Amino acid sequence: MSAAPLWQAFRSAAAEAWAGGAGALLPLGFFAGTCLLVPFSVGSKAATLSAIGPGILWLALALASLVTLERVFQADVQDGALDLWVQLDQSLSVIAAIKTLAHWCVSGLPLVLLTPIFAIMLQVPADDLVPAMLAYALGGVSFFMWGGVAAALAASVARGGLLIALLALPFYLPAIIFGALALNEGLGGTAILFLAASTLFSLGVAPAAMGAALRLAAD
Amino acid sequence: MISYLANPKRFMSMSSWAIPVGYGLGVLLFAWSLYRGLFVVPADAAQGGDIMRAMFIHVPSAWLCMGLYAALAVSSFVWFIWRHELADVAARAIAPIGAGYTALCLATGSIWGKPTWGTWWLWDDARMMSVLVLLFLFMGYIALRAAMENRQKAARAGAIVAMVGVVNVPIIRFSVDIWTSLHQGPSVLRADGPAMADVYLYPLLIGFLGQALIVAGLVMALMRAEIYRQRAQVLLTRRLQEA
Repeated sequence: MSAAPLWQAFRSAAAEAWAGGAGALLPLGFFAGTCLLVPFSVGSKAATLSAIGPGILWLALALASLVTLERVFQADVQDGALDLWVQLDQSLSVIAAIKTLAHWCVSGLPLVLLTPIFAIMLQVPADDLVPAMLAYALGGVSFFMWGGVAAALAASVARGGLLIALLALPFYLPAIIFGALALNEGLGGTAILFLAASTLFSLGVAPAAMGAALRLAAD
Repeated sequence: MISYLANPKRFMSMSSWAIPVGYGLGVLLFAWSLYRGLFVVPADAAQGGDIMRAMFIHVPSAWLCMGLYAALAVSSFVWFIWRHELADVAARAIAPIGAGYTALCLATGSIWGKPTWGTWWLWDDARMMSVLVLLFLFMGYIALRAAMENRQKAARAGAIVAMVGVVNVPIIRFSVDIWTSLHQGPSVLRADGPAMADVYLYPLLIGFLGQALIVAGLVMALMRAEIYRQRAQVLLTRRLQEA
C-alpha cells in the first residue's frame, strides 16, 4: 500500500475542479449570488441582516457544497477512472475521502476564506469574523463528507442531481445546528467542540459509506 | 426463528395464515382502544381537553415510525452482509409503510399541538425534528431505490443509506437536544410518560399492539406481492425461452 495513488487522486481531483473553464470559481459565484439575493428578499435593514447573516452564510455554504459535488463521482464512472481505482490494492474508501477533501480544498475552502467579506456585506458585526472562519471550515468539511456519500450513491443513477440534495441535506443538520450555536456563543463555548466532534464523526463514517457506494457504481 | 423463515417457501406458508390473524387481531385490539380512547376515557384538561384523545393515534404512530426505521435498518444490514433475498424484500416493503406512519405522526402531532400549545410546529423541539429527519430518510430511501434501474443495485444503494441513517439519527437527535437545552425552548412533550394513569395507559398500549399487528400484516402482504411478482417474472422469462 503506497501513498502514490492517494496523491494522484488528490491531484487529479484538484485539476478536474479547475478544468473546463474556471470550474472552481463557479461555487464562488453561486455563493456570492445567494448572498446578493438575501438583502433584496428579506429587506435591507441592518438589524435584520446582521441577525440572519451568519445563518445565511451557513445555508450558502451547504448549498454550494451540493452544487460542486454533483458531478464528482459521476465523471469517474463515465471516464473509467473508477474501474482503475477498483483494481488498485488501495482502499476505495480512502481514495473517495481524499477526492472529497480535494474538492473541499478547491471549492469549499475559498468560500470559507471569503466568509468575512460576505459577512461584512450582510452587516454582521465585525468582531469575530476571522475566528468564525474556523467554524465554517469545520462545518464545511462535514458538509462535503456527507454530500460525498450522497454523490457516490447517486453516481450509479443517470440524473442524480436532486437525489443528492434529498439524501444529503438531513445529514447536514448536526453541523448546521452546532455551527450556528458556535457562532452565537462564541468560540470559547462548548458548541464549537460539538461541531468539531460531528465533523470528526463524518470523517470516520462517511468514507466507509462512500467506498461501499462507489464499489456499487463500479459493478 | 428469523433464519427459519429466511426460506421463502416457509415464509409463504407461514404468512398465508399469519396475515389474516394479524389483521383480525390487530383490528379488534385497535378498535377496542379507539372505543376506550374516544368515548370512555375522561378528557384530560391539562392536555387540552378532548383533543388529547389524539394520543391514541399519535403515540402509537410515533413508536411505530421509529420501530419501522429500526426494522428497515436491520433488514438492510442482514441483506448487505448475508445477501438474504427475503431481507431486501422486507426492507422494500417496510419503507412506504414507515414513511406513512412518520407522516401520520407529524400530522396528528401538529393537530394536537395547535390547540394545546398554540403552535402547529416548533423548530426547537428535539422529537419533532428527529421525526422530520426520519421522514426525509424514508423519502430519500424510496427515491434512491426508485431511481436505480437494476433491482440488485437498488437494494445495495438502499441498504447503504438505511445503515448510514441509523448511525446518524442518534447524532441528529442529540444535536437538537443540545440546541433545545441552550435555547430554553418550552419542554412541551414532557407531560406524557410514566406519569400516565392506568385508565389512559392500557388503551394506549393495547392500541399500539393492535396497530403493530396490522403493520406486520401489511408488511408481510407487501412481501408476498413482491415474491409473487418475482415468480411471475421468472415464469415469463422461462416461457419466452421455451417459445
